[in-house]
Amino acid sequence: MFDIEKIRGDFPILNQEIYGKPLAYLDNAATTQKPQCVIDTVTRYYEHDNANEHRGVHALSERATADYEAARKKIASFFNARSEREVIFTRGTTEAINLIASSWGGVHIKSGDEVLITHMEHHSNIVPWQMLCDRVGATLKVVPINDRGEIIMDAFDALLSERTRLVGVVHMSNALGTINPVESMIEKAHATGAIVLVDGAQAAAHLAVDVQALDADFYVTSAHKMYGPTGVGVLIGREAILETMPPYQGGGDMISMVTFEKTEYNDLPYKFEAGTPHIAGVIGFGKAIEYIQGIGFDAIGKREQQLLAYATAKAEVFDGLRQIGTAKEKACVLSFVLDSVHPHDLGTIVDREGVAIRAGHHCAMPVMQFFNVPATARASFSIYNTEAEVDTLFSALKKAQAIFA
Amino acid sequence: MMFDLRDLYLQVIVDHNKAPRNFGKLAHFNHEADGYNPLCGDKLHVYLDVNDNGIIEDVSFEGEGCAISVASASLMTEAVKGTPLSDFQQKFDTFQHMVTSDLEELPDEEQLGKLAVLAGVREFPSRIKCAVLCWHTLKSAVEDSHQVAKTE
Repeated sequence: MFDIEKIRGDFPILNQEIYGKPLAYLDNAATTQKPQCVIDTVTRYYEHDNANEHRGVHALSERATADYEAARKKIASFFNARSEREVIFTRGTTEAINLIASSWGGVHIKSGDEVLITHMEHHSNIVPWQMLCDRVGATLKVVPINDRGEIIMDAFDALLSERTRLVGVVHMSNALGTINPVESMIEKAHATGAIVLVDGAQAAAHLAVDVQALDADFYVTSAHKMYGPTGVGVLIGREAILETMPPYQGGGDMISMVTFEKTEYNDLPYKFEAGTPHIAGVIGFGKAIEYIQGIGFDAIGKREQQLLAYATAKAEVFDGLRQIGTAKEKACVLSFVLDSVHPHDLGTIVDREGVAIRAGHHCAMPVMQFFNVPATARASFSIYNTEAEVDTLFSALKKAQAIFA
Repeated sequence: MMFDLRDLYLQVIVDHNKAPRNFGKLAHFNHEADGYNPLCGDKLHVYLDVNDNGIIEDVSFEGEGCAISVASASLMTEAVKGTPLSDFQQKFDTFQHMVTSDLEELPDEEQLGKLAVLAGVREFPSRIKCAVLCWHTLKSAVEDSHQVAKTE
């Protein structure tokens, strides 16, 4: 049983007014709000356990280390990683992709090789590959999308070749809501000898992810889009591949022996975690994972599809509204433009009604170029959103149209 | 008192957005510049025709953006057309001051004329850049800087 009142009660921030109207937070694709249990866990860590981990022999350091590693274990099991050695903490999805492009790419991508991404990638899964390709003389190829905002699979098949070293694909598009068929893409890529990076920043709070079932070589995501703290994310990588990669950054924690002549690197996953990490953030991330598990993806998926269907039905009959992204497989995102109101004006106007949406290019400028719009307005939903909030959004859209009538 | 949306989206602004004045490319111009706001994707191009006496004979703009940026560009072209180029910097400074000053400070309507309708953006900090992009773009054109004007 999905108890929406109880869930809303878990998120203290939702209980407030903006310009005298109840807050309707519909910008979950940008970041999700944090439940009390995550806030308490982070606070508790700083109030009781704060110390540097993997270093001290004193009680606080032992506790900080134990909690940090317990979070790693939780996250490994959540994504069904083969072991905790495959779970590397980063500052977020962006850093995880940069780590892969720099470390794995630096060793394995040579002049003449190809990296294959899709037209709906976030800038963070475009720019690191452009930088790498420029540096080593490789070629970046892009799989096109169709008018619904879906990957054209025939084109993917045609673009995959023995020159393709890596396929980078977003699991769920932040700008369109499209859920991509990553499982079959991974299978096809592996058949030609390419490895696959899945950008799960948008997906991981909404879909159950099993990296072994997917057979993903790299799966990356950010805690803050999963009800956890900002500034922390995770890279889950196949151990056999991680072993072939040099460290990304040098520093403390990533070494086992340092002399001025030579340094021996630490084992996985520490080899990739130089410096003092975001310990509180990782522990908070672990709690956020527990929170998601407490509700369960069956209930989450069902509820979010219900809400998306409700909003989509309203969008379809709304005069002058064009949806951007109408994929068959889609979750939680309603991206659109109105014919009489620019998205930025819309963002400002609905804000005064207490409705928080995103207006802009969503760090996916090529998607905007494909649909020939400068920007879109985007409402993105989460477990704590209600039909009443969707109604508030649509009446705010009416007000915007009235101002520009 | 709560600031009303109608104070931002005044009828004048809505009108200038719907029917921007001096929109399109000039047949004859001797200065031009691009303006771009990477955060929101607003793009502008201004054309400027200054005659031998240093008077802005004609000015126009093209581009796409939100209502605030289009209306501001439209109002700007009206405000500078037919005025001496040497007055531009002062107009630029006066406008910049208006949109960044304290809310209590009333806009100097005598100096600003119709441009005073944009004083409402002060209440919407994230939108100030929309109102000033055209001014930065025109400044680039005046200075022949050949740099894409930005407001960040």
